[in-house]
Amino acid sequence: MLELQKVSLEIEGDTSFEILKNINLKFHDKKIYVVTGPNGGGKSSLAKIIMGVYNPTSGEILLDGQAITSLTITERARLGIGYAFQSPPRFKGIKVKELLKMAASHNPEKVNICDLLYDVGLCAQDYLNRDVDASLSGGEMKRIEIATVLARNLKVAVFDEPEAGIDLWSFQKLAETFRDIHVKYNTTIIIISHQERIMELADEIIIMSNGAISAQSERDIILAGIMNNGDCACSTKCVKGVGQNAECVG
Amino acid sequence: MLNALDKLMLEKVADLHEIPQGAFNIRKNGSGIQRNTTPNIDIVTKADKSGIDVIIKPYTKGESVHIPVIVTEENINDVVYNTFEVGEYSDVLIVAGCGIHNAGHHKSQHDGIHTFFVRKGAKLKYVEKHYGQGNGEGQRVLNPKTIIEVEEGAVVELELVQIKGIDQTKRDTEIRLMDNAKLVVTERLLTYKDQQAESNIIVELFGADSSAQIISRSVAQDDSKQVFYFDLVGRNKGRGHIQCDAIIMHNAQVLSTPRISAHHSEAQLVHEAAIGRIESEQLIKLMSMGFSEQEAEDTILNGFLK
Repeated sequence: MLELQKVSLEIEGDTSFEILKNINLKFHDKKIYVVTGPNGGGKSSLAKIIMGVYNPTSGEILLDGQAITSLTITERARLGIGYAFQSPPRFKGIKVKELLKMAASHNPEKVNICDLLYDVGLCAQDYLNRDVDASLSGGEMKRIEIATVLARNLKVAVFDEPEAGIDLWSFQKLAETFRDIHVKYNTTIIIISHQERIMELADEIIIMSNGAISAQSERDIILAGIMNNGDCACSTKCVKGVGQNAECVG
Repeated sequence: MLNALDKLMLEKVADLHEIPQGAFNIRKNGSGIQRNTTPNIDIVTKADKSGIDVIIKPYTKGESVHIPVIVTEENINDVVYNTFEVGEYSDVLIVAGCGIHNAGHHKSQHDGIHTFFVRKGAKLKYVEKHYGQGNGEGQRVLNPKTIIEVEEGAVVELELVQIKGIDQTKRDTEIRLMDNAKLVVTERLLTYKDQQAESNIIVELFGADSSAQIISRSVAQDDSKQVFYFDLVGRNKGRGHIQCDAIIMHNAQVLSTPRISAHHSEAQLVHEAAIGRIESEQLIKLMSMGFSEQEAEDTILNGFLK
């Protein structure tokens, strides 16, 4: 189980800004969580604080009861935490197959690199020998990024908006892939997403806004709530909600 | 005879584990020590100055020439002039390279001046690797000069690599392309400690529909300094592209001067240049796969210089 206890993150600037406010979350084993909510609500910061890219200003992070708050990215990775970037970096001179082999190098199971590419909707023969550089499109990079996480045997896998740049045709395949790794490795999966189809995979949905958890519950309850709210995600009450038949006269 | 050190040097600069197949000329500490020719490739010692003429007959296919130079003594100042005649419609690989082992206190220097005539329709791949080692304070210096005339329809691929151990280098490369000639240059350079490297590449597109691509990647570490000057000169209808990337670390300096010069309205010339640190996102990505920071850095640099 991954647990966040009273986790806060402040960025110091001219005026300090609190990105995450006193977050308490428990991610239980073998469950799929989807974190959603408005842009700028703190979702990506939550992912980065789990991976160790950011260190919390206060609070504790525990993996299976062990405090990992002070551990580095590498140490957390070796304990079985993985993270798929929202905007994956590119590497000049490194081939797709090399990157995937590196990702799989700590996995005790033998990983078939071609299967990994197939799982993210890419044809192995077209991609294995290509460089992971600017010659790949944004969508191709996202798929390879997801494959680098699938290559590992993880306790916790965090995906930051995996659907961004992926066409609808491949979407179903992606959803199946998440289900598959979940079953294969018993991985706890945390997906940051705005997509209803991804949310449908979730056991639980967490809504974040303004750096705090505004709702957390089973999927169906949250989804029903979102639908009732029409198209409005404002943090304060407003009159624009279509579902509320508000008059919007300019 | 070659001793263990000589063999190590040959492996580093020419990927040679044994005496090479085909034509070769091995030069050690200023004089030729071993040579082989083939029915299609002749190697002749120059009469007027130090160096060799390598003559490849027209239509020679799939053969190679290795001309490694090893310097294992200090206080050597070796200047050599080599001329290569690559015959019409031949297709060959030429591997040059220089390894310096200097365990002494005095400078060891090798300046190779190479002139190539790549005749009509020929294909040439030329690989030049530089490597230095030795614990002495004596400097290891290499100043190569490469001049290549690429005739009509010929294709030249140039691979220039200096990864380790050369304290000071000044590399001058001048290439002239005739009609439909094609050129690809890849340059890889790593400097560290207080090493200094300078590379000047001038490519002139003389012929119609000639094309040139120059891809330069370098890593500058510690207190080292790199100076690059590229000039792509379009004198006819043709295309040229220079792409130079440098990763800068520690207190190193990289000075890159790009220049594209068009003297013809249908010359299409592009220059891209970038100098920067290793991106933190790249490090984070590899660390999030279980690599230590040092392993991540090495992996990124190895890939970049491959």
